[in-house]
Amino acid sequence: MALSPKASLQLGPDGRLRHLLSTEGLPAETIRLILDTADQFVSVSEREVKKVPLLRGKSIFNVFFESSTRTRTTFEIAAKRLSADVINLNVGVSSTSKGETLLDTVYNLQAMDADMFVVRHSQSGAPHLIARHVKPGVAVINAGDGRHAHPTQGLLDMYTIRHYKKDFTGLTVAIVGDVLHSRVARSQIHALKTLGVPEVRVIGPKTLIPDQVERMGVRVFHDMAAGLKDCDVVIMLRLQNERMNGALLPSAGEFFKCYGLNADKLALAKPDAIVMHPGPMNRGVEIDSAVADGRQSVILPQVTFGIAVRMAVMSMLGSPA
Amino acid sequence: MSALPDPEQLVRDLAERMRGKITPDAGLVGIYTGGAWVAERLHRLLELPTPLGVLAVTLHRDDFGVIGLHRESRRSQIPFSVDGREVVLVDDVLHSGRTVRAALNELFDFGRPRAVRLAVLADRGGRDLPVAADFAGATVDVAHGEELVLSNENGRLRFAAVKRPD
Repeated sequence: MALSPKASLQLGPDGRLRHLLSTEGLPAETIRLILDTADQFVSVSEREVKKVPLLRGKSIFNVFFESSTRTRTTFEIAAKRLSADVINLNVGVSSTSKGETLLDTVYNLQAMDADMFVVRHSQSGAPHLIARHVKPGVAVINAGDGRHAHPTQGLLDMYTIRHYKKDFTGLTVAIVGDVLHSRVARSQIHALKTLGVPEVRVIGPKTLIPDQVERMGVRVFHDMAAGLKDCDVVIMLRLQNERMNGALLPSAGEFFKCYGLNADKLALAKPDAIVMHPGPMNRGVEIDSAVADGRQSVILPQVTFGIAVRMAVMSMLGSPA
Repeated sequence: MSALPDPEQLVRDLAERMRGKITPDAGLVGIYTGGAWVAERLHRLLELPTPLGVLAVTLHRDDFGVIGLHRESRRSQIPFSVDGREVVLVDDVLHSGRTVRAALNELFDFGRPRAVRLAVLADRGGRDLPVAADFAGATVDVAHGEELVLSNENGRLRFAAVKRPD
């Protein structure tokens, strides 16, 4: 996949964030700036009036070529708390089915004076294509493209880890499950490596771990017990049900036995390890309810922090150049 | 131009002006950063029972469209309910009035105070907005094109007049 000039597309000549397309190529300093900026927005959501006027008068289009109610909602809440006007478009069921091309859709929306596009697409690289064709000053946020990237999820996971663990440089982080199909895992791995996490592990069956994933600087484990040993952070990935019917996996029950997180397996990680999940969870498939609802779970704080991180990204992209 | 006043003396003068003029359960809220230093001192001198609050006004500034968002780890913390209470906003220097406007917006995001007063260490004039202080330590003359800046050197407040960068 030729997505290489990401850094230059995402960052302006002055190093400012222009689009958010991938955590790959995002400098550590930029990631830290996003997390620091998110700090002040966490407190906004705790107030009686959960709204600040930073993006007043700006129009943000949520353009979802692949539907996702939850992700779209978190972007919508973030934009509304910044006082932007939000327009939701489920393009999957409108224009494309009538034969309009991706760029025609975008040009049309741009003609309605959009300031920012939040794009989800089943094709890897679609948000990059859009970012290359929008007018100067119009920003694009990738809300998930194919198997490639889901940068705001990766960043909110970094915010969550920093919140509980303070420092990245001594951590062992395990990402467990269907790494092969997971854009979330890719975004997490790039961000973790950039922030200096010394040991990033991926744990899963051979059929669900991408070839040559070691090149990203991770250690591969097929045995979950070995992989979880002494971890500070355990990130469970969602197992998409449609994978179950193919040749990749025998059954949900078998998967849970080998790679599902229960209390016994979690006990192999450090006693203060945190458990994360990008949601939505499949209870009893990748994670046991006792763990999902347990003392070490930070799955719901992830959702709360996600709003603040998306507010941070949007306000930075809405800053004048 | 006359020498700049000593801020530590001005804080004591300001406290005396406020004594008895604000309600006993009034909440003091300092505006970051200089106003927070002043508010800390006033809170101690006036022995107010309501805990001290601080306001960061970044999210309500009117120049976001010009200068954008800056790294800012400070956040507003108001450890009391503002609803129905007299709140005294405290700042170091009153100039254009824009910071006070932003602070009022920020404050009202936390609730509806009964009344809001403004206490400033120094009023240097030059207002852009219809804002006036209820209590001022002093009025200070500063040349056009200069900023009156409060600094905190090892816990001691000091004023300096610096050329405005433009």
